[in-house]
Amino acid sequence: MYSLKRLFPYCLTLIFSVCYLAPALAATEEVVVYSARKAHLIAPLFDRYTQKTGVKVTLLTDKAGALVQRLLAEGKRTPADLLLTVDAGNLWQAAEQDVLATVDSKQLQQQVPIWLRDPDGRWYGLSKRARTIIYNTERVQPAEISTYADLAQPKWYGRLCLRTSKKVYNQSLVAMMIARYGETRTEDVVRGWVNNLAAAPFSNDTKAIQAVAAGQCDVAIVNTYYFGRLQRKQPDLPIALAWPNAASGGVHVNVSGGGVTRYAKHPQAALRLLEWLASEEAQGEFAELNLEYPVNPEVPAAKQVQAWGSFSEDPMNLSQAGRFQARAVRLMDRVGYR
Amino acid sequence: MPQADRLWRWASWFTAGLVLAPLGMISLSWTELNPETWAHLNQTLLPTLLRNTILLIGGVGIGVSLLGVALAWLTSLCEFPGRRWLSWGLMLPFALPAYVLAFVFLGLFDFSGPVQQGLRTLFSLPDNWSFEARHPLGVILVMTLVLYPYVYMLTRTAFMAQGRSTFDAARSLGLSTWASFWRVSLPLARPAMIAGLSLALMEALADFGTVSVFNFDTFTTAIYKAWFGLFDLHSAAQLASLLLLLVLLILWLEQYSRGRARITQPVKTPQERIRLRGLPCVLAVCCTWGVFALAFVLPMTQLLSWAWALRHELTADYLTLTNHTLVLGAFAAGLTLAGALVLALTRHHQNRTSIRISVQLSTLGYALPGSVLAVGVMLSLTWLDQRIADLMQSLTGTDPGLLLTGTLAALLIAYFIRFLAVAYGPVATNLQQLQPSLSEAARTLGAHTGIIVRRLYLPMLQPGLLTATLLVMVDVMKEMPATLLLRPFGWDTLAVRLYELTSEGEWERAALPALILVCTGLLPVLVLARSDPREQATHKL
Repeated sequence: MYSLKRLFPYCLTLIFSVCYLAPALAATEEVVVYSARKAHLIAPLFDRYTQKTGVKVTLLTDKAGALVQRLLAEGKRTPADLLLTVDAGNLWQAAEQDVLATVDSKQLQQQVPIWLRDPDGRWYGLSKRARTIIYNTERVQPAEISTYADLAQPKWYGRLCLRTSKKVYNQSLVAMMIARYGETRTEDVVRGWVNNLAAAPFSNDTKAIQAVAAGQCDVAIVNTYYFGRLQRKQPDLPIALAWPNAASGGVHVNVSGGGVTRYAKHPQAALRLLEWLASEEAQGEFAELNLEYPVNPEVPAAKQVQAWGSFSEDPMNLSQAGRFQARAVRLMDRVGYR
Repeated sequence: MPQADRLWRWASWFTAGLVLAPLGMISLSWTELNPETWAHLNQTLLPTLLRNTILLIGGVGIGVSLLGVALAWLTSLCEFPGRRWLSWGLMLPFALPAYVLAFVFLGLFDFSGPVQQGLRTLFSLPDNWSFEARHPLGVILVMTLVLYPYVYMLTRTAFMAQGRSTFDAARSLGLSTWASFWRVSLPLARPAMIAGLSLALMEALADFGTVSVFNFDTFTTAIYKAWFGLFDLHSAAQLASLLLLLVLLILWLEQYSRGRARITQPVKTPQERIRLRGLPCVLAVCCTWGVFALAFVLPMTQLLSWAWALRHELTADYLTLTNHTLVLGAFAAGLTLAGALVLALTRHHQNRTSIRISVQLSTLGYALPGSVLAVGVMLSLTWLDQRIADLMQSLTGTDPGLLLTGTLAALLIAYFIRFLAVAYGPVATNLQQLQPSLSEAARTLGAHTGIIVRRLYLPMLQPGLLTATLLVMVDVMKEMPATLLLRPFGWDTLAVRLYELTSEGEWERAALPALILVCTGLLPVLVLARSDPREQATHKL
């Protein structure tokens, strides 16, 4: 018994700490958010929402794939009310795994253009990111740039830089190309890209942009906000954005977005938060925190973003990005796009 | 004392069971085969991935062995300028997450980095002159610089336990310096070196962050591609379990080749070190300080310069993050160490097959890619949680919700499973060096197991326990996937902040949490370096 007595305080501490640290039952109204959009890009908005409405927002960030697995495992007992993530492919996959509930909201339907949300109303885009072509202003005339497919032409031999095909942005871009042109033609284009590479694919967009700026290559395909961040730090780099496919489909846009979880404990509160995020009041800041474009057509983009010029965007429904993502990944593997 | 023996046995079976639960979850994936994914991987990626993986493992294996053993030998048995300081300074690179070092290196050495730009201007080379920094050798170098401390720390403990007398005895019997080292000192330290090497290799095998900075595809690439690209978690888990099988095979081969040899060391009193002079001294200084500069000073300087430019981002938040990081590190280290001690002691006293197998299985958590293990742990915990909730609901009529998921306990269990191998290595190798006669003598004198552990093993195992604490604590503080997936609401750590910034490509802003993480990692290093009895004893000489 001697040893039991000695262990007793430890047991007590253990029990106490487990009880104390177990998720507290919400006293006030609360929305629990699982988010693959990073805390520093979203927390300021949640703070504003809490100030305005008194609703507490609890945030847990992780990768999209892991969060979906957690939602699946927690099932009916999940504490999460809202899932936020980046990339339409991930949103489509969350809906496919049945962790999102269908919501019918007039407000969301007005605020979010039809091609940037799920046809069944399970997820809604909240900010747009354009994936476009960046070029070195000293080595390329803007008129030379016409379409994504054109970058596969021999005239770009040894002049193209790409990010790795393991990044979901490229998978969505190629998936949308498959949806538009079919697999055979897309495969020819991507093979052409790989053939034209000036350097092995980069691990991130910023590296690709820096390679263009340094003259390692002349053009690259990147998301605009990476350029925006670099522009803030080094405004004098010899690089600029071009808007391809003006006459044929438009620039590829992707979204960050979210949906109410299937087993939300506070579905109404979660929906109100989602509607607020898409409203004119929140959209400006939501997009500007990451130099993206608002989805709400009533809200203008930030000044820096507007200065890059306007473009026509691809109006095909983004759920295609998810539907064709696995085929896109296999296609890129086949042509040796690493 | 069969009663106590049985208790120890049950304790180690329980530990093995804890680790087996998530591994079992992952192996369950074999119930559903997706031939499309497998055919695709087989046709396009696997040959390259396997070649790259073998290259990486081979390179890192040679690198960490050479560096780890050489540095351990120099700092434990020789004397040269700066030795005292470096003997713990050389542990510091371990506090740096490998992918951070990878990024800093690429930032400096690739086409648009300052080194190549500088070379082009300096020698007026053509604008497109370049060398490829994203070379397999680059990945191997970076991983070697981050992972050699495993070998270094474990081998150093072994060399210090040998002391100088073994080496001197070999010399006096007519062997040359080199021959004494190769034929006597090194074989004696082999178990420790192998333990360190296998930790380093398991980490290299499971790494995803560093290789993806270099866009160097290894076997883990296929795992992540199947999960995130093809949305096929089943195939990902199947690939991961193949990785486990490979590790098991390697571990088994190593044990087989070691045979029944058992190396024990008499207890040593501290002895004077070999004083290096002339050329060997210069070489030793260059080698040790060179490694320290490359693996620690260079990346830290870069991080400092980035963080300094963004110093206004240093807010009170970081106090909370650091606090969480330290608390998690300390608790997890304590828990994991206790588990490792139980396993190692049971193995020491009871040479049963069931014990050997459960020890072997318990150390497999480290061989899986972090994200896959995290999901495995999460799935088994929520499974248990759901059953508990079902039971309570049927008894009381109200749904209690998930009690375990999202608590600190769940996260600590995950750390325990992942890092048990890291704690076991140093403790077990230390234990092997003790003569069994010691505990037999204690038993003859009537001491029961509790007293033997407390008064004999804990003091004798202090070097191994210190190394294990340090390794586990720093590893936990760097750990990302399990922390992300299982942390309670609000329990963000420095590693979480680091992840959020780096995954957005904000490397310069990530310098601040990275620096604070390294500094927090220094705390246990400093405390342990101070409390190392061997250091203090030798100072008195």
